[in-house]
Amino acid sequence: MSALKVLIQAIFFVLLASVATAQEATPQPDRSATGGAQTLEDILARQRGEQIDDSFRRNLTGDPNNAAGLANQLGTLGGASDPDLWRALRYDSANITASNKGQAATVLIQDGGMKWLEFRNGPLKTWGAYLLGGTILFLLLFYLIRGRIKIDYESTGYTVERFKNFERFGHWLLAISFIVLGITGLITLFGRKVIIPLLGKDAFAPIAEASKWVHNNVAWAFIAGLIMIFVMWVWHNLPHRTDIKWLAQAGGIVGKAHPPARKFNAGQKFIFWSCILLGGSISASGIALLFPFELYMFAPTFEKLNAIGLPQLVGLGELPTVLAPHEEMQLATAWHAIVSFVLMAIIIAHIYIGSVGMEGAYDAMGTGHVKEEWARQHHSLWVDEVKPAHDPKPEDGTPAE
Amino acid sequence: MKVILAAAAATVIIAVGSNMVLNNAGFSAQEQTSSPSVRLD
Repeated sequence: MSALKVLIQAIFFVLLASVATAQEATPQPDRSATGGAQTLEDILARQRGEQIDDSFRRNLTGDPNNAAGLANQLGTLGGASDPDLWRALRYDSANITASNKGQAATVLIQDGGMKWLEFRNGPLKTWGAYLLGGTILFLLLFYLIRGRIKIDYESTGYTVERFKNFERFGHWLLAISFIVLGITGLITLFGRKVIIPLLGKDAFAPIAEASKWVHNNVAWAFIAGLIMIFVMWVWHNLPHRTDIKWLAQAGGIVGKAHPPARKFNAGQKFIFWSCILLGGSISASGIALLFPFELYMFAPTFEKLNAIGLPQLVGLGELPTVLAPHEEMQLATAWHAIVSFVLMAIIIAHIYIGSVGMEGAYDAMGTGHVKEEWARQHHSLWVDEVKPAHDPKPEDGTPAE
Repeated sequence: MKVILAAAAATVIIAVGSNMVLNNAGFSAQEQTSSPSVRLD
């Protein structure tokens, strides 16, 4: 279990590395020519996007104990000059009082937001679109090369109950809500880039508003579905030695072999655990976003990762453990979107194999009853277990509803 | 098909229900970020 935890944290870290800021101490250059203020080289290094140690500015925010007397020159500012004050605002160390509530209210300048905005408008959208488009293209190509996976075994005329009604209900609750969340999430992310140029701002505004409402509220159906499938199927999805043989034969997807499998084969277990782990992570970041500035996930996670030494190992230095409230939310949206893209790609493949990709597969979730020959071909060990309980032979040859 | 429709109906019911619950739970941005002496409406 601890290995699994480390693996999850590793995935978490690797995906986040591009948006996280590494801070490494560097020796301070000579700034005597500017009287301690930043030099041209500091400015150029920052413009080149290099990591710089800005503590010489960050901490130069005046000293109230060093204040000139009130009646003296500059006395009214109380030991901090105007530039000192602006620096304190710039680095979020000024003592701000605000009339509105919440930790975010006292952050006046939050420069991490630019990194988030650039990431969201650049790599996130680009790579997300490549991932989904690439998955669909791959499946199309796979279909053209491999074709539909047919039922090779001879028909017995019997059907076997594959899933009970409440199992199918849990599956479809998760499936329907995920598709709705996926579409509304994509509308939210790509609206400005894709829909506004097509339909205009006036038409997009109500779409965006509706998407937000639907996304925020359907989220709870997704979480309910996730809990349902976890409780119903976790037992059947624990690793088993038959999974090794199934994986060694690529599940029969490539070639003509039909490796034995119990209720769920290794491929289905992969889908299940993807839903649970990625869906769970999406739910956690989603809840953090639904209740802004209430739940902070990233600073504690970064702290743990730093303690493990993983960021240092891959040369990123220590991850920041002091994050502005906004930064926590920005990282949550980035993480929410990244993990959602990965899960969407996996689910697109799942939808393919459960519909056009495999003959007889849809019946399992469509009616709950599969042809016995399908069950024997794909889940031989499972059908041996449930054989005595298979459905009575239908008179008209159609599967029972 | 009945199960799929039931799941779709449950999705709608959960969404509408959660919206009603959350609206009354005091978690709106308005309630979270202003004190009672602030008039926003």
